[in-house]
Amino acid sequence: MAKRIDVTDLDVFYGSFKAVEGVTFSVEPRSVTALIGPSGCGKSTVLRTLNRMHEVIPGAYAEGTVLLDGEDIYGADIDPVNVRRTIGMVFQRPNPFPTMSIKENVLAGLKLDGKKRPKSELEGIVEKSLRGANLWEEVKDRLDRPGAGLSGGQQQRLCIARAIAVEPQVLLMDEPCSALDPISTLAIEDLIEELKERFTIVIVTHNMQQAARVSETTAFFNLAGVGKPGKLVEIASTEMMFSNPTQQATEDYISGRFG
Amino acid sequence: MSTTLEPPGAAAPATGTPDIRGAAVRRGDRVFVGLSRGAGILILVTMAAIAVFLIWKSIPSLQANTANFFTTSEWSPDAKPVVFGIAALLFGTLMTALIAMLLAVPVGIGIALFIAHYASRRLASTLGFVTDLLAAVPSIIFGMWGIQFLTPQLQGFLQWLTTYFGWIPIFQNDLGIYTRSILIAGIVLAIMVLPTISAISREVFVQTPRTHIEAALALGATRWEMVRMAIFPFARPGMISASMLGLGRALGETIAVALLLSATYEINWHITEPGGITFAANIALKWNEAGTIGLSALVASGLVLFVITLAVNMGARLIIARRSEFSGAN
Ligand SMILES: Nc1ncnc2c1ncn2[C@@H]1O[C@H](COP(=O)(O)OP(=O)(O)OP(=O)(O)O)[C@@H](O)[C@H]1O
Ligand SMILES: [Mg+2]
Repeated sequence: MAKRIDVTDLDVFYGSFKAVEGVTFSVEPRSVTALIGPSGCGKSTVLRTLNRMHEVIPGAYAEGTVLLDGEDIYGADIDPVNVRRTIGMVFQRPNPFPTMSIKENVLAGLKLDGKKRPKSELEGIVEKSLRGANLWEEVKDRLDRPGAGLSGGQQQRLCIARAIAVEPQVLLMDEPCSALDPISTLAIEDLIEELKERFTIVIVTHNMQQAARVSETTAFFNLAGVGKPGKLVEIASTEMMFSNPTQQATEDYISGRFG
Repeated sequence: MSTTLEPPGAAAPATGTPDIRGAAVRRGDRVFVGLSRGAGILILVTMAAIAVFLIWKSIPSLQANTANFFTTSEWSPDAKPVVFGIAALLFGTLMTALIAMLLAVPVGIGIALFIAHYASRRLASTLGFVTDLLAAVPSIIFGMWGIQFLTPQLQGFLQWLTTYFGWIPIFQNDLGIYTRSILIAGIVLAIMVLPTISAISREVFVQTPRTHIEAALALGATRWEMVRMAIFPFARPGMISASMLGLGRALGETIAVALLLSATYEINWHITEPGGITFAANIALKWNEAGTIGLSALVASGLVLFVITLAVNMGARLIIARRSEFSGAN
């Protein structure tokens, strides 16, 4: 199921503002890649270009290539809707659909492909996805209650369940734990550990320990200066990045000696 | 670092320790609570006063009436014997309003959706401006326009409707006359309530949180699927309120309907044929020529209209409240 991603020479613009410049990196299938860097350096921007979610922002566009298992997701014959069905996304702030129950939230993505599925299959998917997101035990007795009635951490895991219910090939996560307490954070980190058996994962995080704990590969982004575009400074195995980075800026950032 | 920080307030109590006891007395809050409570009571009292006035004034005619007030179509309150009833008024009012809603709700919501989420920014503001302008046109103008312009324009269409869909009873037309009908009145009403529905719906559509929209799109929703997943559920109470406001206007619209309908007191299901009358139009048309009992009878019909609009509004609240747990207001 999992696929690899190759990004080459990616520039991203918001109108006339160039937010990110010259980004090139690869993501191995069934691995976790962490994107780190100071605020505003373009991590979310790069992440969004991986499933064309930047296109929903008026004026935003990208140049360069993003290959999913060798296929250019910006190709002329590629439908962004299908890209997003293949590459799922979890946002910084949990965003379950407030008018839907827990069950309906999990199944929201499946409703989209128009296939009729028997009820038993849907129930199986709900359970499997919620178990996958480590939420099943907490909510199994209230699947018909509103998703917005859960705690923040539970809501975030519900969003993860919703994202994995459609069996994407890649899962993008933009600071999924930044609104969560340490316990929920650990639960989600454990979850990432399990999910990488099945999915390719790219995660943005401000938490160095988290990057060190969950990822195999770490990419460090930085800003050349105020108003300048963000750049990928260095990408290497997480072990290398945290023990022996080749760039001074990386070392400064990781060790907390940053501007 | 924390050791150098004084706990907040540690240096403050030079004038004595701050006392956390005592009832909170905040003037602003009290004034606000008083004002809003007063305003609420005032509205209720006004409503009650209107109801009492209507009931009081209707009693003489209801006592004099020799026919059933609810099932009689005829309207002759000043004749001997006194005969009047609201059946035709009720039918005309509900039918014109129903037609107006059937046309205006989908079109209004469609326009609102287009303005809020499909059109380019420039087109959106132009369109928004134009629909808002429509709301500023006085109803009498709509009435005249409906008779002088729309009625002749619609002849061909209505004939076609009868020819091909005449087998559906409501489109049957035995007279071959297609003017001053309930259908035309309904169409004009639809145009009149369109700006209300589209302006309010647009307002709530653009308030849909970006996070919900992005949640849907990130799951691989097309634009329309996103609208159904994120925007409609969020905007549902607003769309209902918008429709109810429009319905309120359609039910109560007087002068345009008075001009458009031919004021016949009968229940005619053939909505393309001339005929029909509504509560409001009837009151406007008969008020000046009515005698004592006639006036009282008109007030009685006004009371029914009042009750209908109240019921419509309360029904809307009930619909909105039913799933408020899922509304996302939390
Ligand atoms: N919708 C937008 N419109 C215009 N500019 C934007 C938009 N979103 C981001 N930017 C700009 O693009 C640059 C990169 O933003 P981005 O959100 O990708 O940063 P980030 O690395 O994710 O930061 P953070 O860690 O604070 O989330 C910033 O200069 C930001 O101001
Ligand atoms: Mg970000």
